[in-house]
Amino acid sequence: MDALTLTQVTKKFGRTQVIDGIDLAVAPGEFCVFVGPSGCGKSTLLRMIAGLEDVTSGQIAIGGRQVTDLPPARREIAMVFQSYALYPHLSVRDNMGLALRQAGTPKAEVLASTDRAADMLSLTALLDRRPADLSGGQRQRVAIGRAIVRRPKLFLFDEPLSNLDAALRVATRIEIARLHRELGATMIYVTHDQVEAMTLAHKIVVLRAGRVEQVGAPMDLYNDPDNRFVAGFIGSPAMNFLDAGALGLRSDSLGVRPEHLAISAQGGTIPGRVSHLERLGGETLSYVQTEAHGLLTVRQFGEHDHAVDGPVWLTPDLERAFHFNAEGQRMRA
Amino acid sequence: MSVARRSMARSIAAHAVLIAYVLIALFPVFVIVINSVKSRRAIFADPLALPTAETFDLVGYHTVLRQGDFLLYFQNSMIVTVASLALVLLFGAMAAFALSEYRFWGNSLMGLYLALGIMIPIRLGTVVILQMMVAGGLVNTLTALVLVYTAQGLPLAVFILSEFMRGVSDDLKNAGRIDGLSEYAIFFRLVLPLVRPAMATVAVFTMIPIWNDLWFPLILAPSEATKTITLGSQVFIGQFVTNWNAVLAALSLAILPVLVMYLIFSRQLIRGITAGAVK
Repeated sequence: MDALTLTQVTKKFGRTQVIDGIDLAVAPGEFCVFVGPSGCGKSTLLRMIAGLEDVTSGQIAIGGRQVTDLPPARREIAMVFQSYALYPHLSVRDNMGLALRQAGTPKAEVLASTDRAADMLSLTALLDRRPADLSGGQRQRVAIGRAIVRRPKLFLFDEPLSNLDAALRVATRIEIARLHRELGATMIYVTHDQVEAMTLAHKIVVLRAGRVEQVGAPMDLYNDPDNRFVAGFIGSPAMNFLDAGALGLRSDSLGVRPEHLAISAQGGTIPGRVSHLERLGGETLSYVQTEAHGLLTVRQFGEHDHAVDGPVWLTPDLERAFHFNAEGQRMRA
Repeated sequence: MSVARRSMARSIAAHAVLIAYVLIALFPVFVIVINSVKSRRAIFADPLALPTAETFDLVGYHTVLRQGDFLLYFQNSMIVTVASLALVLLFGAMAAFALSEYRFWGNSLMGLYLALGIMIPIRLGTVVILQMMVAGGLVNTLTALVLVYTAQGLPLAVFILSEFMRGVSDDLKNAGRIDGLSEYAIFFRLVLPLVRPAMATVAVFTMIPIWNDLWFPLILAPSEATKTITLGSQVFIGQFVTNWNAVLAALSLAILPVLVMYLIFSRQLIRGITAGAVK
């Protein structure tokens, strides 16, 4: 039995089609990430699963039970919001326990659940504080704790790390991955950051304009994208798209990852000029302006040096390149 | 250094303007209060003089407290003001919540309709209101006044509160929904505490015109049992002779309750006015 099933789910705001016929199945215990550029409908889809938005047509089932017309509280879900959304007038303990108390759980049980969740997130020392007295990272931990306490069938995360600074974001990302392993719960996670998607997900759903572009494990999407959009969206720095015609190939465009472009000062297939160099220690990124293909990114591992404005030649590794037709669809050999 | 001096000069100028404003605003109140404790002759001889041992006279207060049912008038004013205020805040906040929270057909049209009352004075409808009250048998009841004042206060309340409620985080309300709070619990337990400063602002702006109103008590409830304090004070103003001692004493007394209520709300009010300006 799937933890979550979406069947031909659509959503219209007035005449605008926001979600356009999505089918999806998420297995129990799976960590599923919805990723896509802003305005692709990923947050709307999550809010529809939560029951905060009506479904225009289609069915949603959680744990095999039809929930399409149930209110959020009866869907056995918990949600973590980008803005934390803690109740400002309640202590951390009461914030975490509210849902259980609302459901009429005995006091002792509520207390035990909150204590256990606080322990998992090292919040025990903060239980009597108000949200206003906490830092951003602590607030987000409380918000996650509030979700854990309910022991939901489905965890929903709506860009939970976007309001945190870079260092805290990495730490909280690892924390969420650890929680997922410990709880073994099914989680749906929305983000626009493909690094979060790659690092957390078992299954990534790439969305664009209300449609699913591709569903798959992170490495499947990386190594075997279905179309130009997914190829360009997954992976950082983004894939280069070369004009295949100029290279004498039959496809429309050729996708080459930055690490699959060889750079040389002596000679190669594509002449260009180094316009900018980023040396990060572990890797070196060169941005090369070319006549036929525009600006291309080259990634080399380790420390390298190329003179800015100096002439260089690039050679794509055709074995590992991806061919796309004029519609942006992958042409598999 | 010159910057510091310039800002010093600017600060003095600003304070001078503000102090001047305070003096102008308080002057009529000050004159009323000092003259209310002077003898009739002294009031006319030198209205601006402070009361001295010679001119000190509490005859005004004696008259007011002895004559008529002054305590009853006070009570009427309090009942009408507090009841109207409570209804305006309750219904205003609920309407504002609906307008800001729910998407429904005609939402913005409804908002516009409810705000229209700010621009159209309710007194234009006096004749119709009187006819309605006569038809409903509500003439000479405090209920009539409470109904009219509730109607009068609602447009501004809805307008101000819906703006503030739009500012309450959607995520917070949604978190409440997921935690199983009803829409009423979300409104009363999450949203209302967050817009408390705005509620205080609305309360003050609603309360003062009601307390001071003479028009509707005179037309809808002029009976002895339902007179409000402003109407009650009018008995001392005659066509030919006015008992100035009593009028001034009555007015001085009428300031007190509204002052107390203002002080209760003012802490919240200041937070309401500066909301957004200071984070």
